[in-house]
Formats: sequence, C-alpha cells, structure tokens
Amino acid sequence: MEQTRLELVRGTLDILILKSLIWGPLHGYAVTSFIRRHSDDALLVEEGTLYPALWRLENKGLLAAEWGLSENNRKAKFYRLTADGRRQLRREVKIWEAYAAAVTKVLGATQPHLPEEMA
Amino acid sequence: MRPTPLWRRYDRLSGSDPAADVKDELGFHLESKVDDLVARGWRREDARKEARRQFGDILAVQRMGERIGEQMNRRRRLTDYWVDARQDLRFTLRTLRLDAGFTVVAILILALGIGANIAVFSVVNTILLRPLPFPSPQQLVRIVEKDAKSNESGKTYTADATQDFQQQNRTLQCVSGYFAFTGPNNFKLIGNGQPVPATGMLVAEGFFETLGVAPAAGRLFRHEEFIHHAQTTALLSYPYWKRQFKGDRSIIGQTVDLSDKVDLNNKSVVVVGVLPETFDFGAVFSPGAKVDLFVPYIMDDFRGDGNDLGLVGRLKPGISIAQAQNEADTLFPQFYFEHKHPEYGKGYTAQLTGLKQYVSGKLRRSLIVLWCAVGLILLIVCVNLSNLLLARAAARSKEFAMRSALGAGRSRILRQLLTESLVLAISGASLGLGLAWVVLAWLAHQSSLALPLLSMVRLDGAALAWTLAIAIAAAVLFGFAPALRMSSENLQESLKDGGHGASEGRRHDHLRSVLVISQISLACVLLVGAGLLLRSFLRVLDIDLGFEPSRAAAVSVDYDDGGNPARQAAIWQEVVTRASQIPGVEAAGISDNLPMSRNRGWGIAAKGQGPPKNEDFIPVFVYIVSPGYLKAMGMRLLAGRDVSWDDLVNNRDVVIINESVARKLWPGQNPIGRMAIAGGQSSEVIGVIADLRETSAEDEATTQMYLPATKQFGPEGSYLVVRSHMASASLATSVMRTLRDINPGQSAAEFKPIQGLVDHATSPRRFFAVLVGIFAGLGLLLASLGVFGVISYSVTRQTQEIGIKMALGASRSRVQLDVIARTLRLALIGIGIGVVASVAVARLIASLLFHTAPTDPLTFAAMVALLGGVALLAGYLPARRASKIDPMVALRTN
Repeated sequence: MEQTRLELVRGTLDILILKSLIWGPLHGYAVTSFIRRHSDDALLVEEGTLYPALWRLENKGLLAAEWGLSENNRKAKFYRLTADGRRQLRREVKIWEAYAAAVTKVLGATQPHLPEEMA
Repeated sequence: MRPTPLWRRYDRLSGSDPAADVKDELGFHLESKVDDLVARGWRREDARKEARRQFGDILAVQRMGERIGEQMNRRRRLTDYWVDARQDLRFTLRTLRLDAGFTVVAILILALGIGANIAVFSVVNTILLRPLPFPSPQQLVRIVEKDAKSNESGKTYTADATQDFQQQNRTLQCVSGYFAFTGPNNFKLIGNGQPVPATGMLVAEGFFETLGVAPAAGRLFRHEEFIHHAQTTALLSYPYWKRQFKGDRSIIGQTVDLSDKVDLNNKSVVVVGVLPETFDFGAVFSPGAKVDLFVPYIMDDFRGDGNDLGLVGRLKPGISIAQAQNEADTLFPQFYFEHKHPEYGKGYTAQLTGLKQYVSGKLRRSLIVLWCAVGLILLIVCVNLSNLLLARAAARSKEFAMRSALGAGRSRILRQLLTESLVLAISGASLGLGLAWVVLAWLAHQSSLALPLLSMVRLDGAALAWTLAIAIAAAVLFGFAPALRMSSENLQESLKDGGHGASEGRRHDHLRSVLVISQISLACVLLVGAGLLLRSFLRVLDIDLGFEPSRAAAVSVDYDDGGNPARQAAIWQEVVTRASQIPGVEAAGISDNLPMSRNRGWGIAAKGQGPPKNEDFIPVFVYIVSPGYLKAMGMRLLAGRDVSWDDLVNNRDVVIINESVARKLWPGQNPIGRMAIAGGQSSEVIGVIADLRETSAEDEATTQMYLPATKQFGPEGSYLVVRSHMASASLATSVMRTLRDINPGQSAAEFKPIQGLVDHATSPRRFFAVLVGIFAGLGLLLASLGVFGVISYSVTRQTQEIGIKMALGASRSRVQLDVIARTLRLALIGIGIGVVASVAVARLIASLLFHTAPTDPLTFAAMVALLGGVALLAGYLPARRASKIDPMVALRTN
C-alpha cells in the first residue's frame, strides 16, 4: 500500500486531540491510535509533540485528566473533554472547514479571468 | 475507562506528584507500543528498542511535563485557598451578624484605636517624615547665628552681610531671605468699602527661586523690582487670591491700592502673579501665621536698619551641609554689619541647618511621644478585643468542638478565627479612617495652633498603607491568643452536655485576668504620662508672664499723621484719652508691638565716658509706646514712672527698661536717672518694670526697653490695648465706634484678646497635653471595660457556685466583698506593674516636662487613685449583681 506520510500542519494537532475525545475519555496512546486509524495511517502523531499538547490543553482547562485502568489493566492517565473543550472544538472545526474550503477553491481554480481593463 | 480503584484515590490524597505522574504516563505509552509491536510479531527486546526509538527524546518531554504539572498544581492550590477563604468570609459575616452587639462594640473600639493612630501618624508624617513640599528639599538650609537667642535679631542678618554672603559663597546655588520682623496686618488693602487689613511679607530677590516655588499664575518678581523706585509689585498667596479676589485671573497685571502701616503711604501695587496652593509660607517659616501677599524687599531701604533678614539657601548639588558650614565659618566672621559704617564692627557667625530639621526638629520628641501614646492605645484596644473574643470563645466552644469532630483540622479552625479578627479589624480600620479624616480636616484649619506644616496635614498614600499595616497587625495581635486557645480546646470536654462545671474555663479565666492586668498597666502608663504633661502645661499657665493677659484686648489703630511726629503724638493722645473714657475701660495705651506676636531687637548700653563699643551693647526687645500702655497690659512698674504725654510732645529722650536690663547694665545700682544709649540716642532711664516673657511663656525672660513714640522713634504700626472687665464683644463695638469717630478710615480690624496671643504661644504644649490626655482617658475607659467584662463574666459563670454559698449561709455583703476583692487584686497587680513602667517612661519624656519632676509624686498618686477608683467601680457593678442572686433560682436553673 502506498502511503502518503503527512506532516501535521501547525495548530491542527489540538483540534485532532479534541475531536478524538469527543466520544469519551482516552489515554494518550489511544489518542495516537485514533488519529492514525481515522486518517488511514496518513497522519502520524509523534509522541514528542502529542504529550506536551495534551498537557497544554489540560493546563488551559480544555481537557480534564484522571487516573484509571486501561483495557489491559494498567494504570493510565485518561483525558476527557471539559465543557470549555467541547466549545473550543466546535469553534475550531468551523474555522478549519472554512479554511479548507477556501484553500481547496483556490487550488481548484482553472484558467484565470483576465482583469477587465486589460481585455 | 474503568472506575478508579480505591488505592488510586488514596494515592491522590497525599497530594499529586507531577514528576511521578509524567513518568507513569509515558511509561504506559511505551508499554502499550511494545505490546502492539509484539502482537505484530516483533521480538520483545527489539520491540522495546523500536518503541524508544520512535519516541525520540523522552527526557525532554518528561521535563516539559513536569514543568506544566508544577504550574497546574500551583494554580490548583491557589484556587483551593480562595475557595476556602470565601467560605470563611461568608461564615464570618453570618456569625458576626448573629452577634450584632459584640460586632458593633468591637468595631467601635477598633475604630477609635485605629482612627487615633491614623490621625497621629498623618501629623507625624507631615511634620517629621514627609519631605518639605519643595523640589530637592534636602538641599535647602536655614542660616541663623550660632548662638541664636530667642530674640529674632540673633537669627537674622543685615542687608549688607546678606549681599556679601550671596557674592562670596561657593557652596550654595542661591541664598535669599525674608524680612523677619513682619507683623500681622502690616498692610491695608484699600478697595471700594472699608480698608481691609492684610499681611504682606517682604522677600529678598530670589526667595522663591531658592525654594523652587513656581507661580500658579502670572510670574515671579524680576530683578529690577528689587531696585529702588521701580514700580511696586506684589505676589498673592493662593488662599488670599481665592478669598479676596475670588480666584479671578484677570487680577494679574492690575493695580491695587495698598497702604503700608509703616510709612503710611498709599501705593499703587501691580499684582504680577499668584503663588501655588501648595506654598504656605507660614507653615514653614512662622507656624500659624497667615501671609496674604509678598512684596519685594529692597536692600537699599534697609541698609541702616540692622539685622532683619532671615536667610535660606540652596546647596549646590553634591555639596554637603558640613562643607557649606565650613565655608560659612570662614566667611561670616569677616562680614561687616554695615558697609557705610565699618566702625560698627564686623563678625557674624552662621549655623546651617537643613530646613526640614530647622522647622520640625524641636517637635521631634513630642511627636514621638504622641506616637507612642497612640500606639499604647492600640495595644489596649487589642487586649480588650482579645478579652471580648475569649468571652465569645467560651460561648462558642461547642460549635468549634462540633466542627473539629466533623473533620475540620486545627489549622482550618485557626484560619476561620483569624478571618473573623481580620474582618473586624478591617471594618474598624475603615470606620477609623473616616474618623481620622474628620479630625485631620479640622486640624488642618487650626491656625491658632502654632505647629509648623500643620496646614498640610492630609490622608495620603502613606497613611493608607499605615492603616492597612496596623489593621492587620492588630488582627493578628488580638486574634491570635483566642484563636490558639479555641482551636486547642479539648474536644470531649466541650462536647459533653452542660460543660459549665466549676472547673471549666479556669484556663480562660486565667488568661483573661492576665489580659486585664496588662490593660490596667498600659492605662496606668498612659495616665501617668498624660498627668505629667498636663501638670507641665498647668505650670506653664501659672508662670508669671510679667503682664496680665486676661481682660486685656488689642486692636490695630489706623491714622494718617502725614509723617509728622507731633501730629502723631496728638492723634495717639486723642485715641488713648477717648478710649480711656469709654465706660468700663480701666486703662488704655498704644504700642507698636504686642508681646508674643513678633520680634524686633535693638541694642542698649550704659552711657560711659567715650563712645560705646559694639560689645557694650546688649540686645533688647523694643516697644514704642504711649503713656498708659504699661498699665493696660497689666505690667508692674518696679521703680520710677511711666512715660508721659509731655515726653512725647517734647521729644524727650527717655527709656523704661526691665529688670534684666537693669541687672546687666547697672548691677546692684539704682538705674533711675542714669543715662543709656538706646536705639542710638542717649536717653534717661525713667522706669524699671518687672521682667516680661517676651517670645513664649516657657523661655526665660528677655531684655526689653520701652521708648516713647518721639521724633527719633517712629512707631511701626500701632495697637490700642484696653483693659476692662466688660465682655470683649460689647467692648469691641464701643472701642471701634470711638476709633471710627476719630478716623473714618479706620479699617475693620480684629479685636484681639491678649490672652489669645499667650494661648497661641502655648498652643503646641496644650495640643500635646490635650491629645495625650484624651488618649489616656480612652485607655482608662477601655481598661475599665476590660475589668467590667472579666468580673461580670466570672459572676455569670459562677452563679451556681454563689447560689450554693448563699444557701449555705454566706451573707450578701460577703458575696459582694468577694467579687470586689477579686477586682481589687487585678487592679493592684496591674497598677503595680504600671507604676514601675511609668517611672521608666517618665524618664524618657523628662525633657518635655516643664518645672515638673518625672517622678512627681502628686501626679503619680492622683493617677493611681483615679485608675484604682475606676477599676473598683467597674468591679462594683457585677458585685452588686452577684449579691442579688437568688440562691433558689440559681440552683434550679441549669
């Protein structure tokens, strides 16, 4: 299978983390798995950026953390969305969609119209 | 996610550890990865290596995690703290509302204590601590003669000496001065209606520039205005501009008509500017004096007049007072008194003192004593509050036992109690701030108080900071002992029902007794201190001033003699004669000067063979008088006679001297009929009067002479003094009517009781004595409240015990005596300690006392009796209640 490995655009990691937690609490490893799985292995999140991002979001109050037991019975730190986090996600999704649509439009442009004066 | 297991909860209870958390979290990640790789067929060792490789710099991530974790922890702790604090505050407000009586009393007591502290601090701050309101005030110096006598002539310099110093010094940026012999109301402003008296200060060139005062409007004087015959100009003080000209800016550049009392010429004077509101000449240079306007001091006018300039200078940057002093020590001895008359000699001295030090140095000790007294008050207040809180503690012990049984830790309860104290203290401080504001607003307008800088007193940032500091200190001080005591209550004991056993509260009682004893001791110290100061003040009032200020009053007289001495003598005679004829007037006379109001020094010497040398002269204070003045002032003529109208009309050269002059010039001889050189004229001594305290009641009597107003000695203004037993108000109307009769141009001058002059001179002492007295009264009241509270509480608590005693046959008077004996014991111990402390404190204030020993037995005895009596009274009320206990009722209840 041919793989397109994509570098994450700066600032998009936060929104992906928030999205991954929308159905319930996950630990850090599950967040990476979630992003990889749902991007069909196109997006690989490096651990060195993931954890600082999680902590930062927790510090901002967008995530809340609690210790629990993982599927294989290990002690793990679970993150869940706070009300603030949920709001933030909705806002960011809207911005991202508008941004992506605009970029797609530009990139999909065909033969440019000449300015009218020059015609 | 599965629910958190129990062990994990306990793990978190001991507080989180961010470092361990980060390690655990990352460890979990690595293990999960390894598991995944192994599931995909890797060997476990390789999988581990691969997982690490993929992770990258794990240590860096770990460090970042720790940092963020720490940050979050800190914030969480802070949030917890504020949540707790809010809770405490809500709870405190609720409990205080429930116990409104206690709350009101506590806040009132605190407001009194803290308010007094703020007010005194503001005064101390203004007079002692705050720099003078001039730019770079540390550069300003006052220059006076080294052996400065109370006589102002010893503090001033001639125009020539001043100019020499201005030209020759190298250490000062500028030197200037003011005419130190300006009397109040030396000008008249001639407007549309009656002329209004005004006080004008003559200032030398560069006076305002030296101080660094810029005009609020208009400009300062120019160089040419200090040269003779230029157009006369004037600067207005801000209050005068507001009062007299309604703050009208258009007055600048306009001409007003001023009449000078000295040469009585009407002058058109151009107002060139208004000085800023912050500049108060009197506050700095002459406490209590009000200066309305400033006019240039023209050196040439005063060259022959002797010492009359009070000097101020501004040091060059980087020059110390010591350096300038060194230079002055070499320069001043070379200065001639008068260039035109080198035969008058030379040789000045100069003492340079920082202006601030010069202005407030003398008050330093008084103010510090005042500060300490008010601090004692705060201590007594704190002890009182402690006592009240302890009484409450007894009633609330069950509440706290319950709370601690429900899991509140000791520190939590301590915090709750300190919150209560803090709320009380802050409320008290806010109220106190209001009180202080009122007191200060009143003080700032007391021009009768001769304290420097007083008009600049106000609540400022420093006072607010001080308020906050003492409020918190007080809260900790009075809240700590009760809080510690309460939080360490024995749980079991308190929770038991009916914990009002006989032994309960013994510890409370003991602590409260100690508090009451310390309160009595503190009050004792205050009372003795106040008693000594008060006694000193009474001694000052008792002093033989050499004249009788009561029943005498003075009014400034206006007349126009056209500069003709003969006409002036005739006018004086008419004024005095007609004033003496007013019904009720015992004596009347005119002088150009009043005691304790201003200063002027000439010289007198015994006339010998040759011309007198400079050192033959002794400086004397001089009055130019009419016949009758001595009698009107109530002065005692010891020998010889008063001046007569004949002396005035015939320009006879006669002089009356006081005892001190007689002693110095003709020791052991009769001075009557001898010749003296007085004011440059050889005059015959015709009378000797008893010494008179000239500048203040406390200074030693100075040397004085009295000259008739003749051709040689023109008076500088004139005051009619009348002695009468009539009320001052009705006298004023008839005297003013007579003066208007003689001269329709007589201005609406103030009718001043002579007593007022004396009061003004003694006002600083009165101010301190009265304030310390008020504080002592407050201390006494608080101490008696403390005694009352403790005894009253112990009677309530022992109702049952007393009931049993009475049932067993104790008589009512026996019960009453018991309670009074307990009070007496507390009072005696307190007074004992207080007396010992007072002896020590009295030594510290010895220099403030006047003709009073620091161990004055009468004061000590009186104060001890007062304190003991009040304490007994405070104990008697509960004792009476105890004796009225009905044994049947007492035994049945509870």
